Parts: sequence; C-alpha cells; structure tokens
Amino acid sequence: MSSIRVETTINDEPAEFLCSGPDTLLTALRDTLGLTGTKEGCSTGDCGACSVLLDGRLVPACLVLAAEVQGRTVTTVEGIAARDALHPVQQAFLEGAALQCGICTPGFIVAAKALLDANPDPTEQEARYWLAGNLCRCTGYDKIIRAVLDAAAEMRKVTA
Amino acid sequence: MQAIRYEAPGTVDEAVRLMQADPGARVLAGGTDLLVQFRSGVRQPTAFIDVKRIPELVDITIDDQGLRLGAATPGAAICEHDELRRRWPGLAESVALIGSTQIQGRGSVGGNMCNASPAADTPCPLIVNRAECLIVGPQGQRTVAAEHFMSGPGQNVLTSGEFLAALVLPLPDALTADAYLRLTPRSEMDIAVVGAAVSVTLDATGVCTAARVALAAVAPTPILVPDAAQALIGTHVDAAALDRAAAAARAAARPIDDKRGTVAYRRQVAGVLTKRAAAIACERARGN
Repeated sequence: MSSIRVETTINDEPAEFLCSGPDTLLTALRDTLGLTGTKEGCSTGDCGACSVLLDGRLVPACLVLAAEVQGRTVTTVEGIAARDALHPVQQAFLEGAALQCGICTPGFIVAAKALLDANPDPTEQEARYWLAGNLCRCTGYDKIIRAVLDAAAEMRKVTA
Repeated sequence: MQAIRYEAPGTVDEAVRLMQADPGARVLAGGTDLLVQFRSGVRQPTAFIDVKRIPELVDITIDDQGLRLGAATPGAAICEHDELRRRWPGLAESVALIGSTQIQGRGSVGGNMCNASPAADTPCPLIVNRAECLIVGPQGQRTVAAEHFMSGPGQNVLTSGEFLAALVLPLPDALTADAYLRLTPRSEMDIAVVGAAVSVTLDATGVCTAARVALAAVAPTPILVPDAAQALIGTHVDAAALDRAAAAARAAARPIDDKRGTVAYRRQVAGVLTKRAAAIACERARGN
C-alpha cells in the first residue's frame, strides 16, 4: 500500500517516490529508486552498511522512515563522486585495497566523507571512533583507517 | 489489516490531537529504539507521529532561564553545541557515548528517557542537573522531575495521548560542574554495566555546598543517591569524602546479575565510578 507521495532531493537531483508508512528510507532507495549502492546489513542500526547523509548528517537509512525525507536532502554513496572523478576517499579505498567483499564499503565511504567534511585532519583515534559504527567482517579495519587518513592528507593537499 | 500511518505534524497542538485520536499511535523521534522494536514485533503502532517537524521539539535554547532541549533533538546536535558542552559537559559526554556516529545522528535525549532502559546514559546527567521533563497531552502540559520520569524498565509516567516535548535544565550556579562516567567492556558501541553522574557546587574556599549523584544500570530505573551527595557536601571533596560517597553509592545500588555483570561487580563499580565522576566534576567546577 504505497499511499504516501514523497518529494525530496537525492544526490543533488529532485526525486519523488511512493511509499507506505512503515517503509524505511533504505527500502525506498534500494527497491523503489534502484539506488542499490546503499547496503542492507543488520537493519537495526548496528552495522553502518546503510549509512547515508540526511540534510548533511550521517544516519543509518534503516532507521529513517522513507516518508521522513519529504523536502529534505539525501546523499548516498552514488552521490559522493564528482562527475568525472572519484571522491578522494573512494580513490584511497581502491589504492589501499581497503575492501574485500565490499558490503560495508559504501557505508564506510559515506561515513568517512562525513568525517572529513567535519574534520579535515582527524587523528587515527578520531577516525577510529567516528567509524566505530561501521562494521567490516573481512579486512580488520587497518587498511580502511589508513585509506581514510590517506584521503584526508590528499584532500588537505588539494585545498592547501 | 489497517495500514500503518505516518504523520508529521508541524505543531505541538496538532501532535497532541493526533495522539489523542489514536491510542495506538507512537511518537517517532530518532527511531533508534522504536523502529527496531517495531521491526522485531515488540511494538506494533497504528501510526508513527514524527515530531521532528515541530520546531521546538528539535531545538536547543540557552538563556537566563537555563537550557531548553527539544526532546527529539538528535544527539549529534547536542555534541556540536559549544555552549551546551561548556556548561553541561557531563550531559554532553553521556550523549557522545551512545551508540555510533550514525545513531547519534538520529537518537535523541527525549527518546532515551522515554525508552527507559535502566542502563540509559543520558538520564543520570539530566537527573543530577535537576532537569524537568516537559510533558504535553490532552490535559495541557505538566512537568515531572527527571528522576521521577521512568517508572521501571521500559516504563515511564506518560499517560495515553501524552508525549515528552522538552527537557528543561536550570543554569548551573557558579563553581558548579557535572561529569558522567560509564563502564563498558568495549570502548565503543556498548551498553553501560554501570553509569554514574555527579554534579557538585563549590564555594570560594573549595568546600562542596551542593551535590547530586545518580547511578545507571544498578536498579530498575536510573536512581538519585542523596546519601552519596550528602557525603560530599560540607567537605573539600577529599579522599575520605570520596570514599564515603562511594560507600553510599554501593549501598544504594540494587543491581541484577546478567550477561554484562554480576551484582557484586556492579555494586563495586558503582562506588568506583561515583568517586571518579565526583573528582572530575570538582576539577571542572574549580575552573567555573
């Protein structure tokens, strides 16, 4: 019963979709809008795989109702790269082999972008705390943290 | 089956009307408890009343009356608020301990109070800071002291049609500060084995003239421990006073055995955290 019409902005473009009351943003993104970059992990807010930005704030899409995003702005992993180049965080993940199976990766990318937007020069400890809610069961986190810190350094170089 | 509705009222009055019209409706703030409970079948609301479109429910104001914290304000907004962090560092540190960055982007202090987990982090600092819960409902508005808001695990004093609109805290006196500590086996993404919040007020000579102590995860609800506060008042908060406060905290703790800790361990830790939080609060108060 998709009775609620939602008009919103997703990755800088206007979007509209239909949903029902209990549908989550995660479901709307993946199943209705075909934006399958955002992954479903636990669906209880524990794993960070579905991390998106809602009005710039990092949130788990599984704990946001789809209807809530009326008039808001949503950024998913599909909206992180520039038109012609990967985001430095994405590039650093590739170069540093900071992923294996890839299910957690979109969540890490979105969360890391949010970190670097707020704090361009995080310490390793700050990065680890910020990303503590993103779970990876393959890599052991070390390459991920190194990639995030590498991306931060790269971004500081560009803006310097 | 009737479809589950979603409503996003723009005013408190409209939200009250919606809640009154449908006893099965539940207020949706950050959803970090409600949506998980909904999906696991623990709660089956007939409607989600999203209160985050009501400006005063997601607002932080500090003036000469004190702090008014909209009940649905996400934790991240609290942590980003410099003046709030400066005046109520213990409250801010309790918020910063909850869940992940993502959870703090959604979860609210009001929701933490309403969910009424005995191990919740924010109630204790609210209690020691003399927070009042501003409740709205069909009969108008009323206030309840934070220490009386929760009535048991998962239970609170809200009656049908009522919801928590704001937490209201008086401005701290001069030479007053708070602190919150919790023990968890992991450094992040965990739930308190024990939590302790302390607020102290000192005079110019360093004598403690007022104190409040509250403990989490050692009773069916967070508890205020007047005997522990009494042990600090009138002292220079020296080692002997801290030991007496710790003993009072141990005596007041009524914990249970569970996977996170035993009764004896929790009782011991309640004393240790009370002592340490009191020392931190004093250190901060001297700087205020």
